[in-house]
Amino acid sequence: MPKIKVTNLTKVFGKHPSGVLPLLAQGESRESIFKKTKHVVGLNRISFSVREGELLVVMGLSGSGKSTLLRCINRLIEPTGGSICIDGEDITKLPPKELRLKRQQKFGMVFQHFALFPHYNVLRNAAYGLELMNVPKAEREKKGLEALERVGLDAWAKAMPNKLSGGMKQRVGLARALALDPEILLMDEAFSALDPLTRREMQSELLRLQHEMHKTILFISHDMDEALNLGDRIILLRDGDIVQEGTPEDILANPADDYVADFVRHADRSRVLTTRSIMVPASAVAVLGVDGPHTALRKIRHHGLSSLFVMDAFHTLLGLVREDELESMRLRGKRDLAEIMETDLTTVGLDVSLNDTIPIIASLPYPLPVVDDRNKLQGVILRGTVLEALGGNGCSDETGECTATGEQQ
Amino acid sequence: MSDFFSSFRIPIGEGIDSALELVVSTVEPVTLAFSSVVEKWIDQVENFLLWLPVPVTVLFFAFCAWLVARKLGFAIFSAIGFLLIASMNLWPAAMNTLSLVVVSTLLAVLIGVPIGILAGISRSVERIITPVLDVMQTMPSFVYLIPIFPLFGLGKVAAVFATLVFALPPAIRMTCLGIRQVPPELVECAEAFGATRWQRLFKLELPLAAPTILAGINQTVMLALSMVVISAMIGAQGLGGEVWKAINRLQVDMAFEAGIGIVIIAIFLDRLLQKLGLRASSRWQS
Repeated sequence: MPKIKVTNLTKVFGKHPSGVLPLLAQGESRESIFKKTKHVVGLNRISFSVREGELLVVMGLSGSGKSTLLRCINRLIEPTGGSICIDGEDITKLPPKELRLKRQQKFGMVFQHFALFPHYNVLRNAAYGLELMNVPKAEREKKGLEALERVGLDAWAKAMPNKLSGGMKQRVGLARALALDPEILLMDEAFSALDPLTRREMQSELLRLQHEMHKTILFISHDMDEALNLGDRIILLRDGDIVQEGTPEDILANPADDYVADFVRHADRSRVLTTRSIMVPASAVAVLGVDGPHTALRKIRHHGLSSLFVMDAFHTLLGLVREDELESMRLRGKRDLAEIMETDLTTVGLDVSLNDTIPIIASLPYPLPVVDDRNKLQGVILRGTVLEALGGNGCSDETGECTATGEQQ
Repeated sequence: MSDFFSSFRIPIGEGIDSALELVVSTVEPVTLAFSSVVEKWIDQVENFLLWLPVPVTVLFFAFCAWLVARKLGFAIFSAIGFLLIASMNLWPAAMNTLSLVVVSTLLAVLIGVPIGILAGISRSVERIITPVLDVMQTMPSFVYLIPIFPLFGLGKVAAVFATLVFALPPAIRMTCLGIRQVPPELVECAEAFGATRWQRLFKLELPLAAPTILAGINQTVMLALSMVVISAMIGAQGLGGEVWKAINRLQVDMAFEAGIGIVIIAIFLDRLLQKLGLRASSRWQS
């Protein structure tokens, strides 16, 4: 069962919102509904679900409905139609008192502009949710301090919020949400108000915390880099509709339409793309004990390479042989490639980010071999492939071409 | 046209007259009972202030000034000011006025702040209350002095009531404003963390509105002080009574002395409350 399951969630702003629902069902557009009824469709029958422990980023420009969507999840904004099930329980049907308790138990929320209480010190802010639940003072201060420790601000417990920098304020905001140990974190453009450097730092911080805590997180963002960096999955919203839903790599590789493509074009791909997604099959390899220098040289020349990877019969990468040394070996009339094979190769795993791969490739005289955890050759990364992937052409269907234009192997 | 109006007249005055008669005859016992209670309060405050030896009271005021403002200058000013009042032989009158202002203000806070909170929370309450406040603030006070007699009798309570009509609106308006000024994102945050309405009010809205509410109370005090002369006309004594007597006898010196006494009390209370307002927020306002 998904942690959060949203079905046909609809929000219409105006005087008689429910009257617009039939029009939406007939497939009328946002514009024509606005013209006819002066009602604004904020969310148009949106369905998606979030798994336990998943970090889902909802992404879109301002006015796309992403903040409305987030606020519908804990009913800060009352949905017009549809259902929102948390652990299988439809919270759109809860009476006010139970909704309040549900908010205390299940949800922690982090706000774009921090929303720290100026009249409380950092610790009391962090323990705010517990204070509302009437947890005894000693206990809530202990938990508040623990939460502050998590975000590295325990030394500031007694400071007032106006003494903190933006990044620190948002750490307190995060601590306030975490102090309750909620199952679900709702983060509304939580890092958008921070400067780029602090934003990066907070993103890493969130990923680190998520690695420890495995919360279910719904993160709203308008920043594609942030979405690609944080999200296990991304939902793209436009005008209250879901345009695309998928993993960061899906979205980078196959943008659903121009809107998404436009987003993706300016994104920093190097952090998202992994070796797995940009590697290409090695165009030719030599098998130890089977191929001799003659065959190896023929393969090299046929594919226009300068060196050849050597594997055993089970695809385990053993080493590399060079054209000039093969040539001299052939002249000497020897057969065993093991004699001239270089064995101290640099390799990478399958899920290394492109960002980390680039510096390795830059200094390597041969294509970078990608191996799995049993050292079996899965593919190679060429400089040309990397450039193309960064350029945003997507590489998966141009594999053959990539290989053909491959550098001196 | 003028013929038309001389023959046709909407009898507003008569209406109010008969309405008042009805009100007076029905609520008189209640208001008179209220009157005697409030009178007792005022007397107690006044008696206490007069029971203390003058130097002790002066020192007490100076100490209050220092305690709240932490400024020696203000404390010295308070001491000299009250000593000046005593030296003009206006001490009992000043304490009478002070007790009247204190009780009026207390009542204004007791009535005004809750109404202000309601108006801050509910737009419809605000819509109903705003015109009433407008009338209270603009209606010349002499107009409602007359019907106050039968309701509260002649004397201090009538004066307190007249003062309330005039001085209550800022307390209500500023409380309402203070509540409405709470940033919506903080309200949203309180909601998101599951605050009850009472928690939201007492842990968020009132603390954040406190400086504004205190500014409103400051206004109330100032308006109450500006009413003392008019109050004197319906039997309140004190400094206002001294001024009123002096006016009747055309004694400029006496009028000025009492007037200076009022000014000294006004400055003392104003600075005191202003500092109190600042202290309420200095911890968190940059």
